[in-house]
Amino acid sequence: MIILPESWEDVVVRLLRMSETRLPDDVSWALEAAAAWEGGDIARSQLGAILDNSSKAEFVSRPMCQDTGLPVFFVKGRIPVDIEDSIAAGVRKATKDIPLRPNAVDPLSRENSGDNVGSGVLVHYRPMDVPYTEITVLPKGAGSENMSRLAMLTPSDGEDIIKDFVVRTVLQSGGRPCPPTIVGVGIGGTADACMALAKEALLMPLDSRNPDERLRKMEEDLFIKLNSSGLGPMGLGGDTTVLGVRIKMASCHTASMPVAVNLNCWAARRATARMHIDGSVRYTQGAFE
Amino acid sequence: MKRIDSPMSEADARSLRAGETVFLTGTIITARDKAHLRALKKSSAGEKVDLMDGATVYHCGPIMREGDGFEVIAAGPTTSARMNMLAPRAIRELGVRAIIGKGGMSKETHDALVENGGVYLAATGGAAVTLAEGIKDVTGREWEDLGMAESVWFLKVKDFGPLVVAMDAHGRSLYEEVERRVRENSGI
Repeated sequence: MIILPESWEDVVVRLLRMSETRLPDDVSWALEAAAAWEGGDIARSQLGAILDNSSKAEFVSRPMCQDTGLPVFFVKGRIPVDIEDSIAAGVRKATKDIPLRPNAVDPLSRENSGDNVGSGVLVHYRPMDVPYTEITVLPKGAGSENMSRLAMLTPSDGEDIIKDFVVRTVLQSGGRPCPPTIVGVGIGGTADACMALAKEALLMPLDSRNPDERLRKMEEDLFIKLNSSGLGPMGLGGDTTVLGVRIKMASCHTASMPVAVNLNCWAARRATARMHIDGSVRYTQGAFE
Repeated sequence: MKRIDSPMSEADARSLRAGETVFLTGTIITARDKAHLRALKKSSAGEKVDLMDGATVYHCGPIMREGDGFEVIAAGPTTSARMNMLAPRAIRELGVRAIIGKGGMSKETHDALVENGGVYLAATGGAAVTLAEGIKDVTGREWEDLGMAESVWFLKVKDFGPLVVAMDAHGRSLYEEVERRVRENSGI
């Protein structure tokens, strides 16, 4: 029997603490770059307040935002059969220890479970034949999640109509999702798979290059279009409406053209742990090579 | 940059102009969806509800740690648009003077603010640690049964901000202006 230096429960607590209190480097860099080139006074003051808040949160190890979100987990590689119980236990512990705001409620009675677990944790799985297990957490606040949209376009709708749908979704959401946002886009799959792609796209670091050249070009076009809109930080006007656009794609039915948008607020929290079969654990807020 | 007392007088509220940055000192209260609903329900039932009278209402569900009293861990603004259906009545019937939130509010809410001499102040969404620094004390809590995020918290604040006057008592709204600009720039 291998004695693990850290239990999965402890790993989950650490992931939540990391993600809630410290911005990933790529997001910090994008915010700093935006603050440097932003033209308007109000926009600059908003970005300044965001950067000031982020460094304070990290320094005092407190959640950067009071909406600590619903934690969404992604597990890939070797999947332990009891991983969901460990994740739930970790979430309960982190809720008390960090502390996190209890956000999980019964949708109809609106009764709060108090533990951020409620009827069960949200986990996406991808089994892979590799010598490790990887867990990523994406704590998702409601302000940005509430602006999600899915469109079942028609196959004859081309790239321009896809882009138009993304632009409309972002701009019509105004200041509500806490811009500058990161725009996750899913293209293809089925209705459910398409939204999952949009969410997974939010895990792609902003400084990584989309391997699909067509998607890379679309990301760039959308980035320029959205940042020339004038919506700006918090919807108060300015040159920084989005920090990045990330797109993921999958095959779809010949008669379908699903497109999904899932936004992340500037507090784009994420952290990943990889546990090897020898029990050693590594952490990153970017991506492993 | 302006320093303003809270709760604010009608004259103070009317003196603020869209685009200005202010910091508040005094008392503010938090209220989200459920607190608004309960206050308005009581008011409809003929009960006198005075907790929002003249108050600065902060759209915020803070993280509090209970020990010797309450410690504010993080307290940034929540999306104000969720209160669009409730705020006009809260302003007219319950006497809300100023609102702090994020993302802006409807024309109907702005009309009620103009009518009563009130303002909407935009706090930076997510700046929960910076804003919590401006909260010096938790002086009370109403409707505890609504839970941590939805209770009404009474907060003593000092130089709480920065807050941008986004909808003023003279009918000017930064959101409306930005929306117009976005439409011109993007055709949306």
